[in-house]
Amino acid sequence: MSSRILNDYIYNPQYETLSRSEMENLQSERLKKTVELVYNNCAPYRAKMDEFKLKPSDIKSVKDLSKLPFTVKHDLRSNYPFGFYSAPKSDIVEVHASSGTTGKLTVVGYTKNDLEVWGEIVARGMAMAGVTKESTVHVSYGYGLFTGGLGAHYGAQTIGASTVPASSGNTIRQLTLLRDFGATHLCCTPSYAIYLGTELKNAGLNIEDFSLQAGIFGAEPWTDNMRKEIEKLLHIKAFDIYGLSEICGPGVSMECKYQNGAHVQEDHFIPEIIDPKTLEPLPFGSEGELVFTTITKTGQPLIRYRTRDLCTLNAEKCACGRTTVRMGRVKGRSDDMLIIRGVNVFPSQIESAIMNVKGVSPHYMIIVDRINNLDVMEIQIELDGDVTLDKVGDVELIKKKVETEVNSYIGLSAKIKLCERGSIARSEGKAVRVIDKRKQ
Amino acid sequence: MLVKQLSVFMENRPGRLYKLTNALGKEGINFVTLSIADTKDFGIVRFIARDNDRAYEILKREGFTVGQTELIGVEVDDQPNALATVIEILDEKNINIEYLYSFVLTNHNTAKILMRVENTDAALKILQEKGIKLLSEKIL
Repeated sequence: MSSRILNDYIYNPQYETLSRSEMENLQSERLKKTVELVYNNCAPYRAKMDEFKLKPSDIKSVKDLSKLPFTVKHDLRSNYPFGFYSAPKSDIVEVHASSGTTGKLTVVGYTKNDLEVWGEIVARGMAMAGVTKESTVHVSYGYGLFTGGLGAHYGAQTIGASTVPASSGNTIRQLTLLRDFGATHLCCTPSYAIYLGTELKNAGLNIEDFSLQAGIFGAEPWTDNMRKEIEKLLHIKAFDIYGLSEICGPGVSMECKYQNGAHVQEDHFIPEIIDPKTLEPLPFGSEGELVFTTITKTGQPLIRYRTRDLCTLNAEKCACGRTTVRMGRVKGRSDDMLIIRGVNVFPSQIESAIMNVKGVSPHYMIIVDRINNLDVMEIQIELDGDVTLDKVGDVELIKKKVETEVNSYIGLSAKIKLCERGSIARSEGKAVRVIDKRKQ
Repeated sequence: MLVKQLSVFMENRPGRLYKLTNALGKEGINFVTLSIADTKDFGIVRFIARDNDRAYEILKREGFTVGQTELIGVEVDDQPNALATVIEILDEKNINIEYLYSFVLTNHNTAKILMRVENTDAALKILQEKGIKLLSEKIL
């Protein structure tokens, strides 16, 4: 298994092994440029900084980072679609988007430079999992607005590996491709990796006929138990990759083979940990909300973007030789977003979807669980009191409509269960809409 | 010439049917007939009560998902082939039956058939033409 990865190969040693002071100098220089760029080209940032009575010249080094205002997802949404661009639209070469609470998407524009940055950081991460020019990288993340597919693709291409853009779906075909094309590396969500492993067995295939060495899994939180399960099923070493589309996409950080935290690509993204209540920066080692400032992107750089992910940072030198700060596993989120099969889902999106269907009420409950290592979602909805149902087909029709609406809003299928009036518990104050059994 | 029926949506779990029958029983509502369409997750209870309007009121008040529908009701002799004869008439006109149930009242030698069809008007017309005795709510 792990013995298949022999080398301690570092993709870009120049930047991945800087001393702390060298890194801080580089970050300071790049931060100053970025602040200058956003102040002069991005109206929302100019307004924020003016409000704080800050000029770009006030930011002299990374030590001044905490003077800068935060950016939150809501800022991006309220400037939908392109209000946070710092580059002219003619310089934007690619747009990605992730789902939002009000049906609005969070949009991210990339310049040619940004795609190069992206390719570089994913390449560094993939190198940690042993990807070289000789490798075959099979990408089962969805290709599209979601950053998973293309992000992995760019990383593999940057290294010069053979890339198989399988995208998601059709498990049997995925298995055939993995085996016949001799994939050495698999990129997908951890839950899908387990699904693939289980289906491989069910289909009567033999893992010995595959050439897989390692997997690069992310886009959803996963546990060490899942890692063990994946490693056992697929005879690979499983690596965690982290990212978020607002900052860049997958590759913002990635685990090396020592698997003691994910190396943040600090020369591109400055990480901070803050107290989510007081918003004060916390020292390395403390648990808090992860905040990123992008310092090399030119399309849509973000200053002190609050990820809502709770974790810790560790600046000790890693056994792999890299000096970059490592982030611990994400412990949870400070808001109500659910990540289901790698897709961001907000209860309010489901509510909007339900409201489009006649015959059901706005009383609903979302139940998320992990069954056979795959995220499943059930939505229980009360029927409207005034609906007349005498045929089974009528009920099925309502169910089907809800399924279709939910699917079109969030891009995921959910099991719909229609309930009698009054059967879903009403709560006083903030309604409890979600039961996430994965956390129990 | 239609028979009024009440239908109640019910989750498929213990105690639900009791809650319904008890709610009506304690108010002195008597059932004429009752049938259940069941699936894995839910059921639809369809019934006719002696006093449909009051039954409807009670169930609404008690929070049931209740609705009213109108069915075609026919009366046939309680003997072999009687049901087939009625269905054949509809089949010939290509009228699809969505659901059907029947019952026999004590001391009667006729059977009553209640059905929901895709095209109620056409069904009524052809059944009348063929001399089938149609029921109204009163006849029950």
